[in-house]
Amino acid sequence: MPDSPVAVEHHEPMLQHHFADMEQQRQASSLGMWLFLATEVMFFGGMFCAYLIYRYWYFADFATASKSLDITLGTVNTAVLICSSLTVVLAVRAAQLGKRQSQVVYLALTLVLGLAFLGIKGIEWTSKFKEHHVPGASFHFEGSVPGHPDQPVDQQHAQIFFSLYFAMTGMHALHMVIGVGIFSYLLYCAWKGRYTPEYHTPLENSGLYWHFVDIIWIYLFPLLYLIDRKK
Amino acid sequence: MATAVIAPERENYLNQEYGIKSWLLTVDHKRIALLYLVSITFFFFIGGFFALLIRLELLTPAGDLVQADTYNKLFTMHGQVMVFFFLIPSIPAVLGNFLVPLMIGARDLAFPRINLLSWYLYIIAGILMLHCMLTGGVDTGWTFYTPFSTAFSNTKVIEAGLAIFISGFSSILTGLNFVVTIHRMRAPGMTWNRLPLFIWAHYATSIIQLLGTPVIAVTLVLVVLERALHLGIFDPTRGGDPLLFQHLFWFYSHPAVYIMILPSMGVVTEIVPCFSRKRIFGYNFVAMSSIAIAVFGFLVWAHHMFVAGISLYSALIFSALSYLVAVPSAIKVFNWTATMYKGSIRFSTPMLYAFGFIGLFTMGGLTGLFLAALGIDVHVTDTYFVIAHFHYIMVGGAVMGYLGGMHFWWPKISGRMYPESLGRFSALIVFLGFNLTFFPQFILGYLGMPRRYWQYPPEFQVLNVLSTAGSTILAVGYLLPMVYFLWSMRYGKLAPANPWGASGLEWTTTSPPPTFNFEHTPVVDWEAYDYENIPAPEEARVAG
Amino acid sequence: MSEHIVPLKTNVAVWLTLLVLTGVTAGVAFIDLGPFNTVVALVIATCKALLVVLVFMHVKYASEKLIKVVVISALFFLLLLLGLSLADYTTRLL
Repeated sequence: MPDSPVAVEHHEPMLQHHFADMEQQRQASSLGMWLFLATEVMFFGGMFCAYLIYRYWYFADFATASKSLDITLGTVNTAVLICSSLTVVLAVRAAQLGKRQSQVVYLALTLVLGLAFLGIKGIEWTSKFKEHHVPGASFHFEGSVPGHPDQPVDQQHAQIFFSLYFAMTGMHALHMVIGVGIFSYLLYCAWKGRYTPEYHTPLENSGLYWHFVDIIWIYLFPLLYLIDRKK
Repeated sequence: MATAVIAPERENYLNQEYGIKSWLLTVDHKRIALLYLVSITFFFFIGGFFALLIRLELLTPAGDLVQADTYNKLFTMHGQVMVFFFLIPSIPAVLGNFLVPLMIGARDLAFPRINLLSWYLYIIAGILMLHCMLTGGVDTGWTFYTPFSTAFSNTKVIEAGLAIFISGFSSILTGLNFVVTIHRMRAPGMTWNRLPLFIWAHYATSIIQLLGTPVIAVTLVLVVLERALHLGIFDPTRGGDPLLFQHLFWFYSHPAVYIMILPSMGVVTEIVPCFSRKRIFGYNFVAMSSIAIAVFGFLVWAHHMFVAGISLYSALIFSALSYLVAVPSAIKVFNWTATMYKGSIRFSTPMLYAFGFIGLFTMGGLTGLFLAALGIDVHVTDTYFVIAHFHYIMVGGAVMGYLGGMHFWWPKISGRMYPESLGRFSALIVFLGFNLTFFPQFILGYLGMPRRYWQYPPEFQVLNVLSTAGSTILAVGYLLPMVYFLWSMRYGKLAPANPWGASGLEWTTTSPPPTFNFEHTPVVDWEAYDYENIPAPEEARVAG
Repeated sequence: MSEHIVPLKTNVAVWLTLLVLTGVTAGVAFIDLGPFNTVVALVIATCKALLVVLVFMHVKYASEKLIKVVVISALFFLLLLLGLSLADYTTRLL
């Protein structure tokens, strides 16, 4: 056990002063990231709560509104994120195995996939904007309740669907943007050779964050896009 | 002895480095604690100022001091400032930050830079809030109920909402830091069962901060979006449900009251054994009840909504759960009392505050049970009965605990003793002023005086005058410690390492501690509250 | 996180499973299962999430229980929020 701080020997340049050893530091960082993700579960949870309640109340209107989302783009985006989770896992694995080149490749791929997701999201939002499905003064939703072609969808209920759609996918996209920022920094550090089998904690913990954002989308996709796609 | 220091001072965290940069860029948890101390005291003054204006208006039945709209702003901003900028940070950010590493034998918290970030977020939020208040304020009540806040209020709801959103992240980061620190940084031999119960209390508090605060954060985001974009999520005229806002708001704000009280309970649990010279009765019960309060606290939120329009069946469920949450708190009261039984009681200032806490918290808690009963709640909800209930807990409880803790650990923090007789006198003033302020409010509420009204029927005047008189006495009681604490920093008696003969690792290091807390990492092989083996302070007192 | 290195095969298998499940969930949406459409969609989503948490996020291989406790706690409190709120909404008109 190290005694006074003066006597602490700094074999490890990455060891912060208040930790006894690298293992304690690694475990603390990891726990810190997991706790942060727990807070994110509750943060998104509040919006899921609002969404579930209104879906319960206005199911028919929500179903029709949901049908107006592009299921192909949604499915593709889901696949894009799943692939990006794989590349993140492979980047961490490369660090564990001491392969600097592979780290860089997989991190770069992750970034490409992340940006692809955001690009596709941008396309979806643009089409929503053109169809006047963005909540606000110019909101107007053409459609009828499933099974009742003569019954138009309630405009207010549809607007609530789209308010929650934009709030939830927007918050998710914001987290993606932050993730892209973090991973750009990680790419730079990996290229500089900073991550080794002995030390790759930032890579591991950022990977956790990325997977979490993927999981949020795994739930958003069926809840928003797949309410009722029956012919 | 009241002379200033002549001998050269040992190096400690206060004198190790001078200059404003060394404070504003510090990562030392002890300095960050003091940064928080100054900031929250500032906001306490602001919140207290609004309180005094409220009490001044309520001296007379007519609304003659301020206009009705202004009065709405006064109680709103009193609530927001006191809850989000004083009470929620108070003990965790000041005493917790200072003591958690010391009590577990660590050199600092797990994430010192995040600790500093936490303070800066608090300051940014505070500046935003101040700006909001100075440029018109908010009048929605601290509870921001929709659709008034989202569609009808003409005040700075968005700014206030954003300020609280940012302060929430300060709270989350503090909680995160504490949980990781307590799990990962305990000194060798410091097992969970040897931890001071102050640590258990802060652990439980941190769980609430982590899991509850994000919900109000996202709710405020939705409120801001709704107000800015006229969405309709919470607006009944646009298909929304105002109760959805209330569910989301109270999901955090009820556990928030446990954020405010648990740390005080932790403080009391440190003070009572020390000034009874006895180990705490029922260590495991106190530890487990802290966790139970944190968990059960998440199960009861809709008791704030009994008359708002929730279903009768859910009201019944929440009422039953609200009774349940009182049990762990009651357990603690029994444990404190049993600790004092056959103890050797010393009525030092911290102990006076602890006594005040136990009595007043019990009254506040019992009146909470009245409110949990559906039938009674229909009668007293939204009256001064509720206001008295929560002030008994938050002021009679939490603030007393905070003051008791400040007195107990002041020697450790500053290296100086505060003047004991002034300390006791102030504690008495606080106790008397508090009861005179808030006891009449129970009666007023029961008689039917609604809350948030700026005028009232003349028959309520006598009780209101008593309450206002009490508030001025209470204000004096609060000002005195501020004065003598400052005085003591220059003229107070030098404090030894352990002036109270208390148990706990923080008392084994110097007063004030060195920057790295301990000369050598402690190795713990004794149980907590080992008062049989700790000499009483008369034997341990060091001259000068 | 332990220094246990997950075999490449496992990661690829999980990845492929996730892609397949994505296709399944999109396809099943076009079949009329009545109220069970929602149930099936959520079950599939949960399976996917579990795969990501257990394998990609390493929780299955974690040497200590604490991380699992954190994950379960977060889910527990989320379900509390959703469940008790819905308890109000689903019983209002009874």
